[in-house]
Amino acid sequence: MSRHCRFSHLLLALGLFVLGAGGVRAAGIGDLVEIRWAEQIGRFFTFQDASVRYALLGSIFLGLSCGLLGSFIVVRRMALVGDALSHAVLPGVALGFLWNLSKDPLAIFIGATVAGLLGTFFVSAITRTTRLKEDAALGLVLASFFAAGLCLVSMIQRLPTGNKSGIDKFLFGQAAALGADDVRLMGIVTGVIAVLIVAFYKELQATSFDPAFAKASGLPAGWVHHGLMLLLAAAVVIALQAVGVVLVSAMLITPAAAAYLLTDRLHRLVFLAALFGVLAGVSGAFLSFVGPSLPTGPLMVLGASAVFGMAFLFGPRHGVLARWWRRRSGAARTRRENTLKSMFHVWEAGGFRTEGVTLTELAERRRETLEDVQRLGTGLIRHGLATQSGDVFYFTPAGKLRAAEIVRNHRLWELYLTNSANIAPDHVHEDAEKIEHVLGESVVRALERRLDYARVDPHGRSIPTPREIHRDAGLTDESSGEGRR
Amino acid sequence: MTDLIPAFDAHAVFVAPWTEHLASFGWIAAMGFCVAVACGLVGNYLMLRRMALMGDAVSHSVLPGLVIAFLLSGTRDTWPMFAGALAAGGVTTLIIEVIHTHTRVKQDAAIGIAFSTLFAVGVILTVTFAGQIDLDADCVLFGEILFLPMEPMVSMGGWTLGPAPFLRMAGVCFGVGLLVIIWYKELLVSAFDPGLAKSLGINPRVMHYGLMAVLSLVVVSAFEAVGAILVIAMLILPGATASLLTTRLSRVHLLSIVHAALSVWMGVSLGIWLDCSMAAAMVVAGAALFCVAWVASPTDGLLVRWWHGLTNSR
Repeated sequence: MSRHCRFSHLLLALGLFVLGAGGVRAAGIGDLVEIRWAEQIGRFFTFQDASVRYALLGSIFLGLSCGLLGSFIVVRRMALVGDALSHAVLPGVALGFLWNLSKDPLAIFIGATVAGLLGTFFVSAITRTTRLKEDAALGLVLASFFAAGLCLVSMIQRLPTGNKSGIDKFLFGQAAALGADDVRLMGIVTGVIAVLIVAFYKELQATSFDPAFAKASGLPAGWVHHGLMLLLAAAVVIALQAVGVVLVSAMLITPAAAAYLLTDRLHRLVFLAALFGVLAGVSGAFLSFVGPSLPTGPLMVLGASAVFGMAFLFGPRHGVLARWWRRRSGAARTRRENTLKSMFHVWEAGGFRTEGVTLTELAERRRETLEDVQRLGTGLIRHGLATQSGDVFYFTPAGKLRAAEIVRNHRLWELYLTNSANIAPDHVHEDAEKIEHVLGESVVRALERRLDYARVDPHGRSIPTPREIHRDAGLTDESSGEGRR
Repeated sequence: MTDLIPAFDAHAVFVAPWTEHLASFGWIAAMGFCVAVACGLVGNYLMLRRMALMGDAVSHSVLPGLVIAFLLSGTRDTWPMFAGALAAGGVTTLIIEVIHTHTRVKQDAAIGIAFSTLFAVGVILTVTFAGQIDLDADCVLFGEILFLPMEPMVSMGGWTLGPAPFLRMAGVCFGVGLLVIIWYKELLVSAFDPGLAKSLGINPRVMHYGLMAVLSLVVVSAFEAVGAILVIAMLILPGATASLLTTRLSRVHLLSIVHAALSVWMGVSLGIWLDCSMAAAMVVAGAALFCVAWVASPTDGLLVRWWHGLTNSR
């Protein structure tokens, strides 16, 4: 298992590296020389050009609206509905364009929103009235609508005016092509989306996480769903010109998925997703401006994927590195505690008479070689749990305390399983081996109360009590070292 | 509007392509048919295993594999392309699995993230190296089935066999057909009853990765003809239409071949009439056939359901 994991992580890291290298390479190509580069960057950050301002504002609005809605898409497991919807808008774009043969933002907006909603309607109609599953229905609607759109687009491009129209910009996106009208529309739609999400936050939250509860408390779950679809279609449509039809869904899914790795609270998720969306949008617009021949959409998507990759690797709680580290340090701690426990067992078998435990005794107890046991003992010494003189190990006070605690946890749990869960005494050891390392103080107190402060475990050995533990450890009250966890 | 939709000329639409222009439209139709059959057969299994959207993912993510294979090998021969596609398919499956098993992101979102990232890489590479490779962003979306007759013909021993992409597609189509026939029972069992399949000694992981490998090969050979997104339609439409009409897998296969032939024929006609992208026209025709089956299927079409509703309520 773990070897397989590490291998796949390695591959993934390699892939990310290749992606990063590809991005850098791509930005450096073209007919640009070094000086033009710096000049372009300067132009971008001084906002001299109107087109830069529009592109920047547009990508901010786009990132905001996609991030806000995307978080609900991700928690509702509707990620691929967003994908289907974003492909399904294409015929609407083409029809809106045909309305008066120009890039009229409002006509395209209305056409595309209607097409997107029609697509989601078809998906639900197909899943409701046929035996086809949702994934098939999604893929079918997505590709069929997209094909109809492509037919229309190729017909428009054949028209005398069509070829210069910039309708091909809708496929992969070009933020530099945004005009004042487009950005105004994007601003309005983003504002409406933000206001509606704040206004209906509670309804959205309830229907996303607990549909049964939402239904029971009389929330109109159907209407919330349809409203969300409408907003989603609107967000996809305003994002089209900058990201393109093909990759819009990534702007919905990826920032929100990255945020989902970092937090457990919905409002933080929404906030982070919007932030990541803006980050991805702006970086995509920037890179696409620096290298003018590059379409914006793929660059924005790569920006979002980079954010996701960072969250995947370095997220403090759910990140791969953090979890790997936790697992590793957890395994090391378990190993130390098991060694302590063996020392305690040897010590107990000798009737607590001798203070030290020899290397040979410990090796016999653990059925391991002397070298292995010496290595384990060195680990204990490094953590201040034991000392060694010659071939004899001695507990430090902290080590003795922890050893007694582990033994107590083990025997208490065995007793609990035997008495309260009616499990045969010879079946409880394995379970206790695992749980002894994770029982907290409060659980131990509760167990002791429940078992009437029993002193003997099912195998007839005595259970060390807190007072004994502290006295044996030579402590009065407080513990030290890594005792409390 | 009159500019947009040309006048309908029955001779040009229905007769000419199969008589005077047979030399070009014959190859286009044959290519479309092979694409639709190979995709349809693989797609049937994808749908049974509820992996239809893996088709979506793989069809997008073979693009970077193709471009990198082009750039590394400098040719568009069959084997580098297949290798690139297999690698891309493998990487996609792996990324999806890693995201899905190591984080709490669900599978649908993992699919979306994986294929959009890879596709974005592919588009950027395509645009950046546009001068060096024989592939442009339009081809990625529309496919180039119309240019097929202009490809150099391959001939062997004095016999003209056909354009190279067609031969490749025909080979893949034949291979897929053979696989389906040879392993019909194994595929059937593992699609419908994974538990039974496992107890019969069919390794589900081998099955999964094998299917993904075949999918990558089919997608990459169809890619040039129909583009990245229309492949999805080719994968799903034949089987979806067929499964509205029958429930037996063997009949689903046969009907999806029929669907492929009909939609290619209608698509060629539609494409000639409207003078639009031929591949898109084929998909639109296929979608129209799906709608017909949806409404008028004798077993559970909308009309039949409506009629049952009427007679039951009476």
